[in-house]
Amino acid sequence: MIFDFSPIWENIHLYLGGILITLKLLAISLTFGLAAAIPLGLMRVSKQPLVNAIAWLYTYVIRGTPMLVQLFLIYYGLAQFAAVRESMLWPYLSNATFCACLAFAINTSAYSAEILAGSLKSIPHGEIEAAKAMGMSRAKLYRRILLPSALRRALPQYSNEVIMMLHTTSLASIVTLVDITGAAKTINSQFYLAFEAYITAGAIYLCLTFVLVRLFKLAERRWLAYLAPRKA
Amino acid sequence: MYKLEVQDLHKRYGSHEVLKGVSLAAKAGDVISIIGSSGSGKSTFLRCINLLEQPHGGKILLNGEELKLVANKEGALKAADPKQLQRMRSRLSMVFQHFNLWAHMTALENIIEAPVHVLGVPKKEAIEKAEHYLNKVGVAHRKGAYPAHMSGGEQQRVAIARALAMEPEVMLFDEPTSALDPELVGEVLKVMQDLAQEGRTMVVVTHEMGFAREVSNQLVFLHKGVVEERGCPKEVLVNPQSDRLKQFLSGSLK
Repeated sequence: MIFDFSPIWENIHLYLGGILITLKLLAISLTFGLAAAIPLGLMRVSKQPLVNAIAWLYTYVIRGTPMLVQLFLIYYGLAQFAAVRESMLWPYLSNATFCACLAFAINTSAYSAEILAGSLKSIPHGEIEAAKAMGMSRAKLYRRILLPSALRRALPQYSNEVIMMLHTTSLASIVTLVDITGAAKTINSQFYLAFEAYITAGAIYLCLTFVLVRLFKLAERRWLAYLAPRKA
Repeated sequence: MYKLEVQDLHKRYGSHEVLKGVSLAAKAGDVISIIGSSGSGKSTFLRCINLLEQPHGGKILLNGEELKLVANKEGALKAADPKQLQRMRSRLSMVFQHFNLWAHMTALENIIEAPVHVLGVPKKEAIEKAEHYLNKVGVAHRKGAYPAHMSGGEQQRVAIARALAMEPEVMLFDEPTSALDPELVGEVLKVMQDLAQEGRTMVVVTHEMGFAREVSNQLVFLHKGVVEERGCPKEVLVNPQSDRLKQFLSGSLK
């Protein structure tokens, strides 16, 4: 079997541009996704049935439907409504990058909210009692004790979510964006070198995943030192 | 005037009444030991004082100020004014059986947390004070350590320093040595004895008869939610009047 990687090298700028697009999509969706996940996660542990139910329904619907379906609904589906096309949001909703970021952020916010809720529930009750007994208000209890503790405990699971999101951004190539997968798609359509084009994309994702895993290991060493075994 | 006064406290779980009108009054410098077998309601009583448990009746006064309570649908009392409760709790610091240190904070961070974020003490001042109290309880060398990396005795002493850093009016101890290995009990009791000698006002739920006899100046024996006997520990322990206490002491006195 003969491989021909020369078209890949000649068009490497496509991949480099793709890496930037992928990282941009990932960064934007994670930032907004996490920002939404914090209130949603808090709602998921609320004792108020209605508050809890709203967040539960949100995460259930988002986690219960495929990412690709959500992306198509936002990018293609919304355009069907005249009210949307005439609204002030149309310049955004007709933009593929905006729609992809929106869909990804919504998706990751649901998963991250459940991760956060799980880790809020895993905080020992005694730590909450200690904070109350010291005279902390509910707001302070959440801001100073529960959230800092839960966000740290959530790190290992959240690193999985981030890696999943990195791979999920490849769906952006379907709505015309030239991310890493989009670059591979372009090269394949020009040179009919599917294997070379996609194996290169795969190798790039592998490298990015490796970097992310290392970064999370560093973060865990920094913020989860208290769970590590005691050093000699 | 009493520092802490608890009048006629009632508490039930469902239809089971665990506290049937328990009262207690502590003057400045009093060290009150509460003893009793498990299920006697002694921990519940202590936890009702700062409303970690909701009583169903009774009054709680700190420095003459009454904690305003209102009943909820089930008849359990909660604070009418959360701000007042928070203020009173910050004057009544508690030491728990299982230490309850915040796991993600170092010893020093645990101690400065509430002074800085509840009382509004400047951070620099809080750190100086924390170091002072860490020194006093003998764990200054562990100030950068996380709770999981300390022994039980060290954790409990850090928890005591955390309570002290609030400069409380009254300290509540909920079986502070019950979760410790026998050889670590002594170091914690020693710290508590020093505090008592300094004139701190303390209410201690304990199984340590030696501590109750030697350190406290009042003893309360609870049985099935009622005070069976109370008084000067030396007299009560040497010459118990009620059969219940005689029975309890024959099983536990060392």
